[in-house]
Amino acid sequence: MITILSDHWQELLTGLGWTLLSSVLALIFSLIIGSLFAIMEVTESKVARTIARIYIEIFRNIPLLVITSFFYLVIPMYIVKVNGFTAGTIGLTIYTSAFIAETVRSGIQSVDPGQMEGARANGLTFWQAMSNVILPQAFLLVIPPLGNQFVNLVKNSSVLAFVAGFDLMYQANNIASITFDTINSYMVVGVLYLIITMPISYYMRYLEKRLA
Amino acid sequence: MKKQFRLATLLVALGALMLTLSGCGKSLSKQDVLQNDRKANTITWGVKADTKLFGLMDVRDNQIKGFDVDMAKHITRHILGKKGKAKFIQVTSQSRIPLLKNGNIDAIIATMTITPQREKVVSFSNSYFDAGQSLLVPNGSKIKNVSDLNKSGTTILGVVGANSVQNIKKFAPKARVLELQDYAQALTSLKAGQGVALTTDNGILYGMAVQNPGFKVVGGTFTREPYGVAVNKGQKPFTNEVNKAIKEMEADGEYNQLIKKWFGNVPGFNYKELER
Repeated sequence: MITILSDHWQELLTGLGWTLLSSVLALIFSLIIGSLFAIMEVTESKVARTIARIYIEIFRNIPLLVITSFFYLVIPMYIVKVNGFTAGTIGLTIYTSAFIAETVRSGIQSVDPGQMEGARANGLTFWQAMSNVILPQAFLLVIPPLGNQFVNLVKNSSVLAFVAGFDLMYQANNIASITFDTINSYMVVGVLYLIITMPISYYMRYLEKRLA
Repeated sequence: MKKQFRLATLLVALGALMLTLSGCGKSLSKQDVLQNDRKANTITWGVKADTKLFGLMDVRDNQIKGFDVDMAKHITRHILGKKGKAKFIQVTSQSRIPLLKNGNIDAIIATMTITPQREKVVSFSNSYFDAGQSLLVPNGSKIKNVSDLNKSGTTILGVVGANSVQNIKKFAPKARVLELQDYAQALTSLKAGQGVALTTDNGILYGMAVQNPGFKVVGGTFTREPYGVAVNKGQKPFTNEVNKAIKEMEADGEYNQLIKKWFGNVPGFNYKELER
């Protein structure tokens, strides 16, 4: 393990960088998109509810690898050039946003409906009530499951290896194939993934204790 | 304090687990493969299943077919006699050495080039096929040979674990090389325009060109890539038997028959060059 680290630290560092970048981008966008769809699911408009339902059910039930390959292989053939990193990050965002939407929706629905009625009765619009009254309470409730989604997201970012996205897993494959030391190569990246995910786990647990 | 202690225990346990794991995987490869195979009357071969002409899964009858597969069957018969059985396991460029090392397969016959780095880890038989690296490009591409690729901003596609990606980095150091998981994915990526050329051994590329009109092989070969059968280190008797079998096949014309069977109909490729 030490020799892999000392001989290939540059590749591993690049991999760590791309994995982190992809994870952070996917985290931000999937949180935004996921929350939007969650709100759409609880609005009174039937059209919005149906659209959200379709989006969530489709992307929650297709393997991440299929979504990513679609963006890497099919979109460039007909629409626009997408490189491996972008395709992987888009796939990751869409896939995770479907799960986050479900998580946030469950949070919104477990806030007492009286809160919404009270807010509306006091003259707030739906969006004002949602953003000032309901969502702050909903997010507190869903911190533990959201943490799970974030950890999963980091691990799922290994899908980038499949589309040559230069991430940790991609580097691990290459290092393993150059050194023929498969066990240690994957062990090293296993530890590197732990270094990213452990702080997330601990931070989420801390937040849960502080706020909820 | 107590919490820190718990964390420390966890880390120590993790470290211990890793040390144990990295120590594994040595005992199986020490057994004599030839003896085991004679007893079982079976040789287990690692072959490609995504490479036209060498080893390709035929979805109609679930059999892997190709030059490598036929070579393996013939070698098996030469070593074990007429009733010897050849068992085939699918491998990729990336998985083949680990699978050999941990004893899942007895030998690799999967478009594997004999290289000095690989010889440090496995033993090779004498070469059984003379390949050379070449380029596959879409019809109408401006690329004529490997020096056209040596520009920054060019993207070349290859397959992870293949010798060809290490070579192309030397021939076109300015280009970017993307390493895909297998040949099927690399070819699809070329179709999707993720790179301007796909590089690997000519035999494999000719197979792709046969299957995919609209693509052509250009630039001739710019390396020599003799394929060998790989077996574990320390399996001298088995390696000797494989070498003997290849020699016998060359002597009695079996080898040339197989060459003609698989490479006789490839457009733009003179199979006589390969005969021995």
